[in-house]
Amino acid sequence: MSLEGMGLTFGYRGKGKKGVLDHVDLCLEPGERLGLSGPSGRGKTTLCKLLSGYERPDKGRVLVDGKPLGEYKGLCPVQMIWQHPETAVDPLMKLGDTLREGGPVEEGLLEALHIQPAWLDRYPTELSGGELQRFCIARALRPGVKYLLCDEITAMLDLITQAQMWSFLLEQAERRQLGLLIVSHNSALLERLCTRIQPL
Amino acid sequence: MRHWNGRRAALALLLLALLVLCAVTAAGCLLGEQAMVTDFSRKNLSPCGAFLFGTDWMGRDMLARTLTGLSLSIRIGLLTAGVSAVLALVLGLASALGGWVDSVVSWCIDLVMGIPHILLVMLISLAFGKGFVGVVAGVALSHWPSLARVIRGEVLQLKGATYVRTAEKLGVSRLQIARRHFLPHLLPQFLTGLVLQFPHAILHEASVTFLGFGLSSEQPAIGVILSESMNYLTTGKWWLAVFPGLSLVLVVVLFAAMGEQLRKLLDPASVHR
Amino acid sequence: MEPILDVKDLSISFTQYSRGTRQVLLHVIRELFLTIQPGQIVAVVGSSGSGKSLLAHGILGILPYNSHMAGEITFLGQPLTQQRAEQVRGREMVLVPQGVTYLDPLMQVGPQLRKGKKDPQTKARFRQVLNRYGLGEEVETLYPFELSGGMARRVLIATAAEAAPRLVIADEPTPGLDARAASRVLGHFRELAEGGAGVLLITHDLELALTIAHRVTVFYAGVTIEEADAADFAAGKLRHPYTRALWNALPQNGFVPIPGAQLGPGEGGQGCPFAPRCTQARPECLGPVPYRSLDGGRVRCLYPEGGNL
Repeated sequence: MSLEGMGLTFGYRGKGKKGVLDHVDLCLEPGERLGLSGPSGRGKTTLCKLLSGYERPDKGRVLVDGKPLGEYKGLCPVQMIWQHPETAVDPLMKLGDTLREGGPVEEGLLEALHIQPAWLDRYPTELSGGELQRFCIARALRPGVKYLLCDEITAMLDLITQAQMWSFLLEQAERRQLGLLIVSHNSALLERLCTRIQPL
Repeated sequence: MRHWNGRRAALALLLLALLVLCAVTAAGCLLGEQAMVTDFSRKNLSPCGAFLFGTDWMGRDMLARTLTGLSLSIRIGLLTAGVSAVLALVLGLASALGGWVDSVVSWCIDLVMGIPHILLVMLISLAFGKGFVGVVAGVALSHWPSLARVIRGEVLQLKGATYVRTAEKLGVSRLQIARRHFLPHLLPQFLTGLVLQFPHAILHEASVTFLGFGLSSEQPAIGVILSESMNYLTTGKWWLAVFPGLSLVLVVVLFAAMGEQLRKLLDPASVHR
Repeated sequence: MEPILDVKDLSISFTQYSRGTRQVLLHVIRELFLTIQPGQIVAVVGSSGSGKSLLAHGILGILPYNSHMAGEITFLGQPLTQQRAEQVRGREMVLVPQGVTYLDPLMQVGPQLRKGKKDPQTKARFRQVLNRYGLGEEVETLYPFELSGGMARRVLIATAAEAAPRLVIADEPTPGLDARAASRVLGHFRELAEGGAGVLLITHDLELALTIAHRVTVFYAGVTIEEADAADFAAGKLRHPYTRALWNALPQNGFVPIPGAQLGPGEGGQGCPFAPRCTQARPECLGPVPYRSLDGGRVRCLYPEGGNL
């Protein structure tokens, strides 16, 4: 039972011969909080995209609980949360609809994330990044989701919102036995949050 | 009374233009009979109270003829713009699926855009045997590329958008994604493109008819009226060309204004202006 | 000494369409105060959505079409009108924008910086400037998308520094950069300040602000609520409850979240925007709250720490 990336190799086409990732191995257990650190340009975001199926690796494979990621139909058990929430919500859709994209939202999640009821009727341009990120997190917490990949999700947010989100996510991860992959360049943050840190 | 702002003015202009165009279309339909009535007792009258646009060498009422012609033009414009917009939508969507389809459609777009419009309309019209069918085919088959290109770009962008990919990962079905994400983004582009094609379609229909490659000369089309009046212009019958010509310009300007106002209302970049 | 920039009681509002054709006026920034002395780095810290980028746009005179600005901005002792802003921006006053999206993607870096000038003197001068920022000759022939995040940021700073500005406005200069690249970028801002320029650093990152700035102005929901020395933070001399909450939310200082969310633009009236989340809030906090001097800084709170009315 784990999210495994084995020998992941990836290079964007047309970017010369140099690949972004070269034979990277990674294993994330349920309930574990794995920190991923490293200078920019090392492919941290790319690794997240491979592990959640947004990109296919040139070589290597991704297994979720022993089964290849591509064999999962419907809701993907690995969900990614992005650094820029503005890009992850449809600008022409009311946030209430965005929130319910994957199905009804669990009772209590909105209050725990401090999402004001009035925001559900608004469009993304009317809210700030911190407010949108709360919606992205609530949307990703579906019952079938087992692993959450957090790519610098609070890098653009203020400190109080950052602390709020992480205290919420840690509590949810504990309750649902989620495996969290936490990408950040902030080493103090990683030390605070993670059970294990892997440099890339 | 609530004060005027940009959006209200745009909406009012849009409705006004629509109203005028509907009125012209309806009047033309009703006056169809009258436009054909010849009466040699009143031939070559210059504009007066009874005949605002004057009469021609067969005593036909030029106002009725102009309105009938415009009405015909507008209806042909609606038909051709509609057909070519749907064509653009289908080809744009198909193209966005990628692979060889994209290559073929892109090649067609470049080909059609590379040939001068009026020449293409004439050639297609000739190939379809001129007349009503020829004009409709000619205009409809030559006006789709620019809109198809816009739709293709939009769909490609949407396909790669993070929020669409995220919806896929959340298990949302393809049909639902099309309805929730693609439709709301494509509809404004499509509508604006459609309305902005009317003036082109109308002008090109009138042009090919004027040049003799379009509607047959029995029909009171604007192109026919204008080309016939050429013979009489030199003898001082200025009203035969001036009023129908001005009316055509007015209709085209109204359609263009409608498209522009619609764009203003739907375009997110100017949404708060 | 004459301040480089002095902003008094600035407010910025927008007209927007709400539903259909109804227009509403949104007050995004109100009662903003800011002073920058020569050689000083002043950080404006605020969360996203607090309107801090608009401050930069307001000073530079590049606000969008549906906005209105009121208040008093003095630049080098003279009022900064729209006309004057147009004259001085890019010369005495420069913006270091957030990222490469502000560069022309179809033009190589070198020609772009030189703005088309080809004479040897200009070339040599720019060569020197780029060198100073650790950018080799090869950078001049690269296109913006070929630059790494850190390199792009240094190119933008080099562009700004070349004009020998008196005021540098930096909008979120470090997100996406790793620690080493970020500290290098910040070092360049420090050099600019040491050369006598004023630096206005706009950021959401308190930690970053504290490593480089002399003064920190805290922004909350479009209102300046505190101005403090950078040293006041570590010394526990903070005046406003929000600033203290911000400090305590740092991962290395307790990581304490407080409940609730910031008011959106236009929400809330005359009172303290933090009152709904403040544990010490009293009914009078919803009335007008003056911005006043206190213990070497300024605060907008009726019951600040370390002082009473």
